[in-house]
Amino acid sequence: MTSDPSAIPLLSMRGIRKSFPGVQALRGVDLDVHAGEVLALLGENGAGKSTLMKVLGGAHRADAGVLEMDGAEVSFGSPQQARAAGIAVIYQEFNLVPGLTAGENIFLGQEVTRAGFVARGEERRRAADLFRRLGVAIDIDTPCSRLTTAQQQLVEIARALARDTRIIVMDEPTAALTAGEVSRLFEIIRDLKSRGIAVIYISHRLDEIFALADRVVVLRDGRNVGTRPLEGLGRTELIKMMVGRELADEYPRRTTIPGPVRLVVSGLCRGKAVRDVSFTVRAGEILAIAGLVGAGRTETLRLIFGADQRHAGDIILDGCKLDIRSPRDAIAAGIGLLTEDRKLQGLVLGQSIRENFALPNLGTLSQFGFIDGRREREAFGRHVDQLRIKVPHQEERARNLSGGNQQKVVLAKWLERDCEILFFDEPTRGIDVGARHEIYLLMNELAAHGKAIVMVSSELPEVLGLADRILVMHEGRITGEIVSGPTVTQEDVMRLAMA
Amino acid sequence: MQSLLRRLATDYGMLAVLILLGIVFSGLTLEEQPATDAAAARRVAQAIRRQVPGSARVLVAVRPAPEEGILADSLRREIAAAGMEVADVVRGEPQAVRASLEKIVAAGGRVDAVAATERTGSWLVLTEIKEIFPALGAPPIFVPESYRWPTFLKRDNLLNIANQIAVIAIMAIGMTMVIITGGIDLSVGSLAALSAVTAARLIRDHAGGVEASTVGMVFACIAAIGLCGLLGGLSGTLITLFDIPPFIVTLAMMLVASGLAYLASAGQSIYQIPESFVWLGRGSGLFGLPHAVVLMLLLYGAAHVLMSQTVLGRYLYAVGGNREAARLSGVPVRRVLLLAYVVCGLLAGLGGVIMASQLKSGSPTYGNMYELYVIAAVVVGGTALSGGEGKILGTLIGAFIIAVIQNGMNLTNIESYTQKVVLGLVILAAVLVDRVRHR
Repeated sequence: MTSDPSAIPLLSMRGIRKSFPGVQALRGVDLDVHAGEVLALLGENGAGKSTLMKVLGGAHRADAGVLEMDGAEVSFGSPQQARAAGIAVIYQEFNLVPGLTAGENIFLGQEVTRAGFVARGEERRRAADLFRRLGVAIDIDTPCSRLTTAQQQLVEIARALARDTRIIVMDEPTAALTAGEVSRLFEIIRDLKSRGIAVIYISHRLDEIFALADRVVVLRDGRNVGTRPLEGLGRTELIKMMVGRELADEYPRRTTIPGPVRLVVSGLCRGKAVRDVSFTVRAGEILAIAGLVGAGRTETLRLIFGADQRHAGDIILDGCKLDIRSPRDAIAAGIGLLTEDRKLQGLVLGQSIRENFALPNLGTLSQFGFIDGRREREAFGRHVDQLRIKVPHQEERARNLSGGNQQKVVLAKWLERDCEILFFDEPTRGIDVGARHEIYLLMNELAAHGKAIVMVSSELPEVLGLADRILVMHEGRITGEIVSGPTVTQEDVMRLAMA
Repeated sequence: MQSLLRRLATDYGMLAVLILLGIVFSGLTLEEQPATDAAAARRVAQAIRRQVPGSARVLVAVRPAPEEGILADSLRREIAAAGMEVADVVRGEPQAVRASLEKIVAAGGRVDAVAATERTGSWLVLTEIKEIFPALGAPPIFVPESYRWPTFLKRDNLLNIANQIAVIAIMAIGMTMVIITGGIDLSVGSLAALSAVTAARLIRDHAGGVEASTVGMVFACIAAIGLCGLLGGLSGTLITLFDIPPFIVTLAMMLVASGLAYLASAGQSIYQIPESFVWLGRGSGLFGLPHAVVLMLLLYGAAHVLMSQTVLGRYLYAVGGNREAARLSGVPVRRVLLLAYVVCGLLAGLGGVIMASQLKSGSPTYGNMYELYVIAAVVVGGTALSGGEGKILGTLIGAFIIAVIQNGMNLTNIESYTQKVVLGLVILAAVLVDRVRHR
């Protein structure tokens, strides 16, 4: 069933306004969704996408504006009310209870009951059925804490489908999915379309949007700056709408010629996660490590950084063998790691960004154990300017920043240390096009200064666009090395990733 | 400036609660207070001179309280300065006054006026002098005028509050640090008891008992405090090395330390300690402040600087805020945690030594349930039990809130069982207020 634009929209949001202390997140947003369509919602971080979806999902009350479903005005005072109206939101940060099993999580808050008791048998049957239709091989009795990020995502999707749903909102659903899982997800979405369910799809991955969506809405600074059908829409035009300006190159050109070898890693081992990994990185080089989720890329970086104990292997930096047993050792040797999950591992969310910035740098910012507050503020101020971190003041709590700005604060941390080797683990996950470009430029600049950069990324366009060399891993081993060039394709990488 | 005020309001909001409590108790204890200073004594002397002709002979009668003793001395001076004679200065109960009067009568002297306090002035032996000692006639009784002032706000009462809370407040410094790292230390009360017993025992058995020298006493105290620091370190090691929850480790340590205290003292109070030992616990000096209070203020000052200006302080907050992120940023997490528990142990030991000094003895029953009051002080002061935030000076305010409430209830004659209920409810209320404010 294709959507008929002239019909009454399934959902209509008009003039939605929402403010938080100090920030006006939504300034009068209009949005229509038709049954059976996939509507992509695009926008830079901080543009208001998450807030808008939280209003739709009943998590926030709008300050002004009207919500209509099938032409009738509705109002959601709580997520349960929105859910009852048929709106299911799958947030980027999952809402699963780690201690409960996959099956139990699917029915959390929407248990199947018979005379007041939970009908376990019926629930198990339905859960198994849902997983089968999703093409997922997850045991419904596995506790969610033991599932991978990708598997948890699939449980969330099953959860949304467990009850009658008319609109499903998916916020960055493919961030942690393999290519195979992404295709399956797209199949499921197309199936939902055919059943008349509308899908609001939030993602920064333009390729996916072009492949999947019918229409796209672009938000900028809390306003809807354009609704377009995707047919015939150009990529540059889309980016221009998001950013408000043209981005010359999505991936800045690399002109640095790699110098001498700086980092030599040989025979790294840790159980089944990392098996006899060896590679080298040169000064001025960006080495990408590609592979499927679970291939051992993050684990490899963590081993070198001392975050996990290595069972075997040597690490040699600029000719000296390093004895790294903790992150402290690695940092002292000049290695920095920007973690995969900046909220859980990269930042102390409750502290100010200035304090976060200072944490690995307190040695240079203090004397006899006393922190030099002025030096700290000046040093951070320099990075705020250089990295264009958008905050009203340095005392802002880290949790209040957008993803892109948070990532910049993390980067500032390591830049101040003047690390010689930098590990970027999924540097642009959850970050909008504009901020991504800035981060790419920074990586280029660091390389130009002779640093060696290792980047783990699941975004093949990013890997191909930025790296000099690409290492591909599969189940803990390196399956191949590709020297980047104009003839290298995503398929070349994927072939090695699934070998 | 505005942001500074706002930050003060958020971080130290419990100060408003403390001030409010002070106002409430001041209101409740507002009563007539007799003036006891030199100016009041002068006015009494002048009143006597105006009313009694010639060179009067005056009997001064006060009770044995130190405050009244000062009044008696002032009266003696002012009466002499006014050109009158002091017949006698009596500091005691009615019997002492009677004895003095008998002596005066026997010596054939006379009493033209009596300078007394409101209490002593109403004693029958003075009001009925004419009946009991007809020879003396009916000398008028002069009493210093009174003024209205809350008993709560009297200097002695405020110092009393500070002195009573000093031990708990000092122990709460270490507890604040531990709680900020996301942990807890239930053993502080028992460690204090162990410290008191250890210090007392060392003084009794190895430093000469009642004849112990200052050096001997100091070494005994250092050893006792050191022992507690060691036990704190043991707790910290178990917590960081084996990843056992702090609640369990310190609970076990609480029992072990208490047991050790009973063993070391054979269940008795050890009292063979020289009198000079009470210098710390009962002495006062600087600006009239008790030594324990001065020590408390110094330690809080140092702790505040440590937590807000030093690298170690920053590390403590980071470890409590997000341990993994801190570790991946190069913070020596294990070392920081260990240090927090060692410091907590040391300060608990210091608390025990102060208690031994206050009571001139060491007993295994000291510090019973103190961990609860210490934790209450930390929590009421605004530090979250989940870790990562909280201010040291907030704990000081929290400790004072608890002390003020107890003192206020005493002054308003609330029965002790009721006091317990009230204290518990107030702690709940204080934390609720704090939660609501933060939302």
